[in-house]
Amino acid sequence: MAFFIETLIGGLLSGVMYALVALGFVLIYKASGVFNFAQGALVFFAAATFVGLLETGLPFWLAIVATLAAMVVVGLATERFVLRPLVNQPQITLFMVTIGLTFFLEGLTQMIWGSQPRALDIGIEDVPVEWLIERFNISVSRFDVFAASVALVLFAVLAVFFQKTRIGRALRAVADDHQAAMSIGIPLQQIWGIVWAAAGFVALVAGIMWGARNGVQFALTFTALKALPVLILGGFESIPGAILGGLIIGAIEKLAEVYVGPMFGGGIESWVAYIVALMFLLVRPEGLFGEKHIDRV
Amino acid sequence: MLHRKNLITPLIGLVLAASAGVAAAQEQFVPLLSYRVGAYASGGSGIFGGYIDYMSYINMKEGGVNGVKLAWEECETEYNNSRGVECYERLKKKGGGAALVQPLSTGITYSLIDRVVVDKVPMVTLGYGRTDAADGRVFPWVFPMITTYWSQADAMVKFIAKKEGGDAKMKGKKLVHLYHDSAYGKEPIGVFQAYAKKLGYEFTAIAVPHPGNEQSSQWQQIRQIKPDYVILWGWGVMNPTAIKTAQRTGFPREKLIGVWWAGAEEDVIPAGAASKGYTTAAFNVSGDKLPLVQDIKKVVYAKGKGNMEDESRVGSVLHTRGIVHGIITVEAIRKAQEKYGKGKVMTGEQVRWGLENLNLDEARLKALNAAGFMPPLKMSCADHEGSGLVKFQTWDGNQWKVISDWITPDKKMLRDMIEESSTKFAKEKGITLRDCSKES
Repeated sequence: MAFFIETLIGGLLSGVMYALVALGFVLIYKASGVFNFAQGALVFFAAATFVGLLETGLPFWLAIVATLAAMVVVGLATERFVLRPLVNQPQITLFMVTIGLTFFLEGLTQMIWGSQPRALDIGIEDVPVEWLIERFNISVSRFDVFAASVALVLFAVLAVFFQKTRIGRALRAVADDHQAAMSIGIPLQQIWGIVWAAAGFVALVAGIMWGARNGVQFALTFTALKALPVLILGGFESIPGAILGGLIIGAIEKLAEVYVGPMFGGGIESWVAYIVALMFLLVRPEGLFGEKHIDRV
Repeated sequence: MLHRKNLITPLIGLVLAASAGVAAAQEQFVPLLSYRVGAYASGGSGIFGGYIDYMSYINMKEGGVNGVKLAWEECETEYNNSRGVECYERLKKKGGGAALVQPLSTGITYSLIDRVVVDKVPMVTLGYGRTDAADGRVFPWVFPMITTYWSQADAMVKFIAKKEGGDAKMKGKKLVHLYHDSAYGKEPIGVFQAYAKKLGYEFTAIAVPHPGNEQSSQWQQIRQIKPDYVILWGWGVMNPTAIKTAQRTGFPREKLIGVWWAGAEEDVIPAGAASKGYTTAAFNVSGDKLPLVQDIKKVVYAKGKGNMEDESRVGSVLHTRGIVHGIITVEAIRKAQEKYGKGKVMTGEQVRWGLENLNLDEARLKALNAAGFMPPLKMSCADHEGSGLVKFQTWDGNQWKVISDWITPDKKMLRDMIEESSTKFAKEKGITLRDCSKES
């Protein structure tokens, strides 16, 4: 039983890490209807910039602020030079342009910071929580608990931002209906800029957490692959959906790997998540919390 | 701060590609299917950096191989199979024809196996590719030289047995093979299983799906099995993730033994302090104090001709592995010239003869300033591996420390396994085995 609980907790904590990446997708999709394929590349860019600045001798908090500034610049530049010229173009065009943005950001990051993997130490030791081992023989990573706490705080901050602030309400209005929002004077382009900057901030948090966990390297771009089934399950437009989707996918893939994997020779967790997401898609195409689209015909 | 080489290298490539002939007369052309951007850029830049540094060293110190200067051109593959094939096709006939090709990718190697036979270009795969290609009777154009994956797996078992106090102490022990879920990761399983039968240890293979940046479930299984040792057969981000997750689950790093593709600075530095005590296999030693590395610094880098933008990487595991690639290339051409004419440009066919007759014994390695740098090597028509020796190194938190002598695998057992696999392949493909007794 202890082993089952350990696997379940491990899965849930991993799921929070996936949700952290998924959140960046949700923010942009919610406000602009763009599926931002470049979110993984943003995570890599943020983490590499942060570590690169730390290596130049910048203090931790100053490096955070400087990286955040860089992410805001990237976000605003993306809105101004990539998305704005494509306003009113089909969804697939906007999706394709984010694929191009992915390659650009990956190349830019390696050009500026080099291709060498780096360590990122944020002062939280990645070892099992001792009292859980001693009392229950359950191994849970102290770092994963910390990362999950940071993610939960981030989710709460974003929830307050969306629900209680003027900009947040404007963001929701844009998300509901672009044209209606514009008709009452909400500046669409400014809102998009803010959303891309917010997604950059989320990418920075995700980059620091994933980078401290596995090192800062190109593979951070692959974290986006972990977020996709989470998005399908939770819905592309919902922050609670991203969190719940992350938890469900994390738990299912770990339990499946441990209990079902050996029957298939192991290594099933990457595709099991997609199978679960696809099955869910058949029953509820808009995801757990996604909005049901009804088109007038 | 800008890494200009990332931009400059492809630009130079474009300019060179536009010119009619890359290598002038009396230049031996070597195509380089390199990767300096993308997910595996750190590996590619290190190894190709060392490879180019050694060829520059030979050109600058000796004026080339018996006066024949080495010329090369890089083509960016991004470690992508189709791009690798495209690069090979683009470069194979340049400069009078490729002397040999070293793809540095198991995927590209598989994609080129049939092509190199038709083009008569020897393909050297140092420490990767398919192990049964060591049977030169079936694979006359493929050279998995120095040490194959099967020799490495064999050496790992021997290393562990020695640590435990001998083969007899292996009975009842538990060994987990944590592997990248690909042909690469599955390659040594047969050897580990054969030894499990022979020595009586319990063997479990656990797959990690690509890219391997999340391994908590695999390590929970390991925690449940409670193995004595875990073999890490990873690649890229899978390696630091495994080391970190081992720490997270409380598994001692001293009991984690990595493959040589998990044994570079790039694998341990991202995992930080968790890497201390972690051990891996190696087929060459590293360090910037080695006489050959020092000489390359003196001859090449002092004149501003070094290939590594970050000079602190000169002498690293990947850079020195690149130097070994250079040594093999140069010595195969030199050997071929002994038979076909000193000071002449060699064809791929002639270089193949050079490879099959290469004998890098202790004396020759010493003459190359590379005594102890890599194991002695004696090739033949039938044996395209030539050595099989493996060393082990431990990360002490700052650098790799060699902790063993060269370990010799059970060559008889491995050769039987290789021939069983290669003859099966020959049968499937309708290949007639070469009669090596008729080769001169």
